[in-house]
Amino acid sequence: MTIQTKNAMIRFENLRQEFSLSGATFTALDGVNLDIADGEFVTVVGPSGCGKSTMLNAAAGLLDPTSGRVVVDDIEVSGPSPRTGVIFQQYALFPWLTVRKNVEFGLELKKMPAKERRVIADHYLDLVGLTRFADALPKELSGGMKQRCAIARAYAVNPEILLMDEPFGALDALTRVHMQEQLLETWTKERRTVMFVTHDVDEAVFLASRVIVMAARPGRIYKEIKVDLPYPRTESMRLSDEFARLRAKVWEAVYHQPDAKGADE
Amino acid sequence: MEIPENPTSRKPHKSGSRKLSRKAMLSINFLSVAAGIFGWWLVSAIGVQGLPGPVEVLERGRELIADGTLAEDSGASLARVLTGFALGTLLAIPVGFLMGWYTIARGIIEPYVQFFRTIPPLAIIPLAIVTMGIGEVPKVFVIFLAAFLSCVISTFQGVVGVENTLINAARVLGANSWTVFIRVVIPASSPFILVGMRIGLGAAWATVVAAELIAAPNGLGFRMQQAQLYYDLPTIFVSLITIGILGLIMDRLLLMVEARLTRWQERR
Repeated sequence: MTIQTKNAMIRFENLRQEFSLSGATFTALDGVNLDIADGEFVTVVGPSGCGKSTMLNAAAGLLDPTSGRVVVDDIEVSGPSPRTGVIFQQYALFPWLTVRKNVEFGLELKKMPAKERRVIADHYLDLVGLTRFADALPKELSGGMKQRCAIARAYAVNPEILLMDEPFGALDALTRVHMQEQLLETWTKERRTVMFVTHDVDEAVFLASRVIVMAARPGRIYKEIKVDLPYPRTESMRLSDEFARLRAKVWEAVYHQPDAKGADE
Repeated sequence: MEIPENPTSRKPHKSGSRKLSRKAMLSINFLSVAAGIFGWWLVSAIGVQGLPGPVEVLERGRELIADGTLAEDSGASLARVLTGFALGTLLAIPVGFLMGWYTIARGIIEPYVQFFRTIPPLAIIPLAIVTMGIGEVPKVFVIFLAAFLSCVISTFQGVVGVENTLINAARVLGANSWTVFIRVVIPASSPFILVGMRIGLGAAWATVVAAELIAAPNGLGFRMQQAQLYYDLPTIFVSLITIGILGLIMDRLLLMVEARLTRWQERR
């Protein structure tokens, strides 16, 4: 299935990814083509083993594709770069650095002077609501706060795209809803192209303007579902009939794929 | 938007066993030690053959301090320990990093480390004396070996155990291999290195006394060996107590450094 749009910020071109697992070759992704437009918020959802995280890692430059390529803003991805911000499920904060130092990490690598670093870090800490905890260590933060710090850290280096790999997967349901709302708020203020991987159908519909549903064995794009709800998304939208209809549609696509035997494997 | 979340561990919960105040705990410690010394005195007073009492040992301790013997012996032992320990850890840290970071280096070095680790450093003493004479070199060498072997394994494990996501997080923020090493691998493995140093210091201290028992012109081990010839039990007691106290002080000092440097760690 090929999905092409104009002005693609992220473009997956015939992406194929194979891994060898104890001698056997396993096809994680089989010919994925996808365009994500500049400023678009796309969620990728699918059963485990469908290669959604593999896709994200390829876009982040953390994996070398077996064939095909990923192009970000007309430049082929050849390795990790500050152009692509990545937010990991396990937060991946540096535990020996304070919240502010974590946010400044990428700026320090750019050899930015301390004063400028501080201004930028303070701006993004304010944006995610962590100003009061700037000098705390990660161990003193709750899961949600850790992830907000990771989001600020990713934003600070001013990436062109944000790749989020089940960022709220480890949070409880209540915190997760708060985080989704806050992420959209941040995204509205500082618009970036976002590719957000999740296994939560609600989350996929609430955040995105387009939901990409993947299928497993081999990992491929199964369906694309447009979410025509306007931004900013509100709580009443989450409870609306339209939302329920879209949610049912995505649910159907994820859980009732023609050849998906045992999606939970 | 302000989310009403509380930081999880601002105030660590006191566990049940910590209900005693620091002062109460210290007085219990003190009473326990006092009771122990009293028990020792009682046993020696009843007349266990040859066992010196606390008073006798204290008296000998005063003599050994007054004529400078104790200071000289302690100084000599400490100098050997610290030289061997410093050289051992100084080499162990880069070697451990090398093993953890480069698979080839690991393949080359690991068989030797694993093999020599199974040989108690004390077993090297005869060989060291034959090949290096009876001067300072063989003793420092054996201590160096003990400290090196304990510390290198720990450093290596620390480097291997660095979480991949942390490395990836640094890479996507623009870090090259060298930066990842300096800014992520070293701090992330520092708790392991410090544990390795503590084990290494313990091993070094255990080794020095044994090394001095065999051949040395001074040192706490040498003093005990001399005392043994003359059946001088009080001197042996003074030396043992000194060894214990010095070992404890060194361990506590490293523990303080460790607590300071690894304050960021989550403790369960």
